[in-house]
Amino acid sequence: MARHTLSILVQDQPGVLARISALFSRRGYNIESLAVGTTETEGVSRMTVVVNVDQHALEQVTKQLNKLINVLKIVELDDNTAIARELMLIKVKADDHSRSRVLELVELFRAKVVDVSGDAVTIEATGSREKLEAFLNVLAPHGIKEIVQSGVVALARGARSIADRSNKNPDRSS
Amino acid sequence: MSEQITGAESLVRSLEHSDVDVVFGIPGGAILPVYDPLMDSPSVRHILVRHEQGAGHAAEGYAAASNRVGVCMATSGPGATNLVTPIADAHMDSVPMVAITGQVPSAFIGSDAFQEADIRGITMPITKHNYLVTRAEDIPRAIKEAFHLASSGRPGPVLVDITKDALQARAEFVWPTHIDLPGYKPTTKPHGRQIKEAARMIVDAHRPVFYVGGGVIRAQAYKELRQLAELTGIPVVTTLMARGAFPDSHAQHMGMPGMHGTVGAVGALQKADLLIVLGARFDDRVTGKLESFSPKSKVIHIDIDPAEIGKNRYADIPIVSDVREAITQLIPAVTSEFDAGNRADLTAWWITLNHWRETYPLGYDQPSDGSLSPQYVIERLGKIAGPEAIYAAGVGQHQMWAAQFIGYEHPNTWLNSGGLGTMGYSIPAAMGAKVGAPDKTVWAIDGDGCFQMTNQELATCTINDIPIKVALINNASLGMVRQWQNLFYNERYSNTDLHSHSVPDFVKLADAYGCHGLRVTKAEEVDKAIEKSMEINDAPVVIDFQVHRDAMVWPMVAAGTGNDEIQFARDLAPQWERGDD
Repeated sequence: MARHTLSILVQDQPGVLARISALFSRRGYNIESLAVGTTETEGVSRMTVVVNVDQHALEQVTKQLNKLINVLKIVELDDNTAIARELMLIKVKADDHSRSRVLELVELFRAKVVDVSGDAVTIEATGSREKLEAFLNVLAPHGIKEIVQSGVVALARGARSIADRSNKNPDRSS
Repeated sequence: MSEQITGAESLVRSLEHSDVDVVFGIPGGAILPVYDPLMDSPSVRHILVRHEQGAGHAAEGYAAASNRVGVCMATSGPGATNLVTPIADAHMDSVPMVAITGQVPSAFIGSDAFQEADIRGITMPITKHNYLVTRAEDIPRAIKEAFHLASSGRPGPVLVDITKDALQARAEFVWPTHIDLPGYKPTTKPHGRQIKEAARMIVDAHRPVFYVGGGVIRAQAYKELRQLAELTGIPVVTTLMARGAFPDSHAQHMGMPGMHGTVGAVGALQKADLLIVLGARFDDRVTGKLESFSPKSKVIHIDIDPAEIGKNRYADIPIVSDVREAITQLIPAVTSEFDAGNRADLTAWWITLNHWRETYPLGYDQPSDGSLSPQYVIERLGKIAGPEAIYAAGVGQHQMWAAQFIGYEHPNTWLNSGGLGTMGYSIPAAMGAKVGAPDKTVWAIDGDGCFQMTNQELATCTINDIPIKVALINNASLGMVRQWQNLFYNERYSNTDLHSHSVPDFVKLADAYGCHGLRVTKAEEVDKAIEKSMEINDAPVVIDFQVHRDAMVWPMVAAGTGNDEIQFARDLAPQWERGDD
């Protein structure tokens, strides 16, 4: 089992998210994270799906996704050649004694404070999963009151866009 | 200003443009606007069924017999949910079908309105694609796309759900000139290099087998299959979905593989060194325990659905293609290999195959108490009605015996529910088949359990002059379940006794439905009853064959075991001594 990031271009039509998430669940695969948004092309949405499956299951799920009529293209993004980011909002306890220490950590992780109150600050942080995990670890001693996290969004490095890349070969024959 | 017509009129016109000649359905509130213009259609005949499930299976039977798209129609809510079983059935068996349902007005969607059900959501996992149409002007495109999707690539069911306000609104009718589905491009032509490699592998193999599935029938590739089989001299097995794709009488035919396949067909797959898989999907009923299935073979897998390739079994040579196109290209590729002198000797393989075939032919014992043998009834039906007739089976023991003992020579003459295993398929499917192929004799071979799930469609048959014939294999039980209780549950027959030798009286039931009813309890009456039925064409016929209930389907590979453990009769396993393992 390994973590895989799939970029899926879909026609922006009602029900398309349900079709994709239902396909994962009925074929028995768990989605670790999912993010949907519009793209540079009108009528086309992009989903970034992270799944934790072995190679055979990944091939199956990719082929099954390709069969959905509203799916236009699927590309697997390789960790080494793609940039993956998620966004997190974190509410941390911070009173007069601890606030400066918390702000130091915010600085260190290149995050930013988006709201301050008497005994807490709310922090906005973006980064890779690993960076955010590390950030949470150092904030934990101060007392994390609440977190909310977006799904991963990812983009391949380099000049080529997803439109230039060929569909992930469903198998070796086509 | 151009002509404005209602969405309902637009739907009927779209069906006419799609060359639909028959729709099976039942009206109701939400779909009601359609039924008014439908009355006036010069080319679309609507057949009023008695239950929406009957409409769905009739559309399937129509499609399976005629290779055309079957169409069924129902209203919102329960009308639509009653179509769910046939839609799932069509999805599993790749049947081209378009289901049209009415939906509550768009302003009511999501409000739990009367007869509201989210049929698009419900059928998402069991359709090839589905639509919810809320505007009259979108109806023609949805219908055009639905027919294209249902019938191209790997065929399957497409559902079009249309809100009542869309059916009532007026819009200009524009029949789209082209189809724009950027996410749908089935690969229909094989890769040339893969074909060459496949040809090389085929001519080199010493124990090759053609493993033929239902895709060969859907792709109408039987002539090409026969040509390739005869060119190579390689044995052929036809799965439950492919019965009729290759003549049963052909010397190279080893029969049906799988849980109730012949020893010869199962053995051929198990001991092969090469499987040439044509439009088949390594279903668990064919492979038995996957880990011990055909352990020494390489695999050439040809299928139009890339997701089937490598799903259950690794393919050494995967070929995504329309199977007819692929076989057409394999023929010259194999010929040129032969011309170059590359041809493995299959003599030893055929000695082994013939040994199995002669030692373990299909057979059955006559009941010792003088009661009627179900296999005998089906065997005689095949002989008398012959290979030109169409046979539609239900699900269970009678289905397996019908697959084993009829004798199929032509494609589209064997209709059954293979993947989903839907009891109740037979009667409505036979009705649909008779509508799709009116010049053929159509026999429903049904069990007494299945028959009681959908026999109300006999009324539809009588009223609409659809004279099907029903061979009711009545063992007064849920026979296949009873067989498993016999074999695996210490003969504890929990809830499998249907008492249908007495209740209901099927002859009276047939009579009540305006059919001819006959009863047969003795072997010597069988031929006469079948012959008499063959002469009746003014109404449906039902023959209540009251048969022995302890008859079992053999051979059998018990669920969860490997194919090597096949038994050709109780506790009797074949000797594989001529195999090389």
